[in-house]
Amino acid sequence: MIAIIDYGAGNLFSVKNALDFLGFESVISSEKGQLAEAEKLILPGVGAFPDAMGKLESAGLIDTIINMSEKKPLLGICLGMQILFEWGYEFEKTRGLGLIAGKVERINAPGLKIPHMGWSDVRRAAECPLAAGVSEGDRLYFVHSYKAVTDMENISLYTEYGDLIPGLVFKGNVFGCQFHPEKSGGIGLRILKNFGELT
Amino acid sequence: MLAKRIIPCLDVRDGKVVKGINFVGIKEVGDPVERAMFYNEMGADEIVFLDITATHEGRGTMADVVRRTAENVFVPLTVGGGIRSTDDFRTLLRAGADKVSVNSAAIKNPELISDAASSFGSQCVVVAIDAKRAAAQNGDEAPRYHIFVHGGRIDTGKDAVKWAIEAERRGAGEILLTSMDTDGTKNGFDIDMLNAICSVVNIPVIASGGGGHIGDFTEVFQKTDADAALAASIFHYGELSVGDVKKALAETGVPVRIV
Repeated sequence: MIAIIDYGAGNLFSVKNALDFLGFESVISSEKGQLAEAEKLILPGVGAFPDAMGKLESAGLIDTIINMSEKKPLLGICLGMQILFEWGYEFEKTRGLGLIAGKVERINAPGLKIPHMGWSDVRRAAECPLAAGVSEGDRLYFVHSYKAVTDMENISLYTEYGDLIPGLVFKGNVFGCQFHPEKSGGIGLRILKNFGELT
Repeated sequence: MLAKRIIPCLDVRDGKVVKGINFVGIKEVGDPVERAMFYNEMGADEIVFLDITATHEGRGTMADVVRRTAENVFVPLTVGGGIRSTDDFRTLLRAGADKVSVNSAAIKNPELISDAASSFGSQCVVVAIDAKRAAAQNGDEAPRYHIFVHGGRIDTGKDAVKWAIEAERRGAGEILLTSMDTDGTKNGFDIDMLNAICSVVNIPVIASGGGGHIGDFTEVFQKTDADAALAASIFHYGELSVGDVKKALAETGVPVRIV
């Protein structure tokens, strides 16, 4: 069972649809008990960094997620990926979950449109089980104005948009996709399948 | 680097895909969910549903079409047609749409753009502009374009370039620009109009109206800064496939997503 964490931020149903399509059992929940029973967790998110952290705090889920991430695979998607890092700089400096070393700041891409929206080609960096089956040059669907800044050893897939934009990051059990795997066609589904099949 | 997007558009009425035949009759031509799945397999980068349902009951059907499509198609899904309020946005986003496009209602009430952007984020707010070149007046240095509403029947007299700037300022995340001059002609996209709009906004612009041949798609990306090109009939009737268009674009050096 995969639990999609419901904390009032983001389109949970698209992720659920993709998991259903792939044949993985999943539940959308904010119940600590239900989250504790799940084998894996997905942290979605659309919106702004401070708002998402505020909502997680109000839901009393920050410690729950941090504790569970030590034992269970956790996948953050889009803003859910950004808040895995230590600090966010959207509007104001905000503490993140701190599960991966690094920070989140505005994309610096002079002459390019912000948000970075659309299908960008990725390059491979550090080996990560979620990137199995993804080739150099495959395109994934991104929609964001902020990006993670972290060591290359934490980056499995990245794209370039003015800056280097981490696409798939990881540290131990904790994974994050800046792109939307649930909206990235067959390659995106492959990445979700890789997550679903982690043991 | 971002790929240029190819977007098939489906006109939906009462839950069925329809196509106008020379503006005389409307023919039902199938199930939108099946068509969307087909386009997805062909490599569509996004799917647009345009709801042309006239009745209130039919509107609920659209949310159901979106819901069933979102269960089977895993690329971005945009829905437009008759959107009047942030409640309409909420209904369609909950059903699984990724973006919602507004047209007439936003012209009547521009606050709708700002309200939707602040409630749901700019990334899901598309402003659709139907425009037509206006007769030149004395002193015009550049062509002027007027916005048309109600399926292109009514000239609002409003300037499309100024409206595009306002839409971006109010939080639109994207502009879907249809030229009423080229729409249905299959003679190519409206390069002049696209350049007029692309040069004043810093958000993505989707070119619509006039795409009839493979060369029209290469031309629009070579001669304008459009981020995407949308077409309905030619994909619908199989005159061109999404895959063939993308292959041709790739051969001319336009970055595209090949599946």
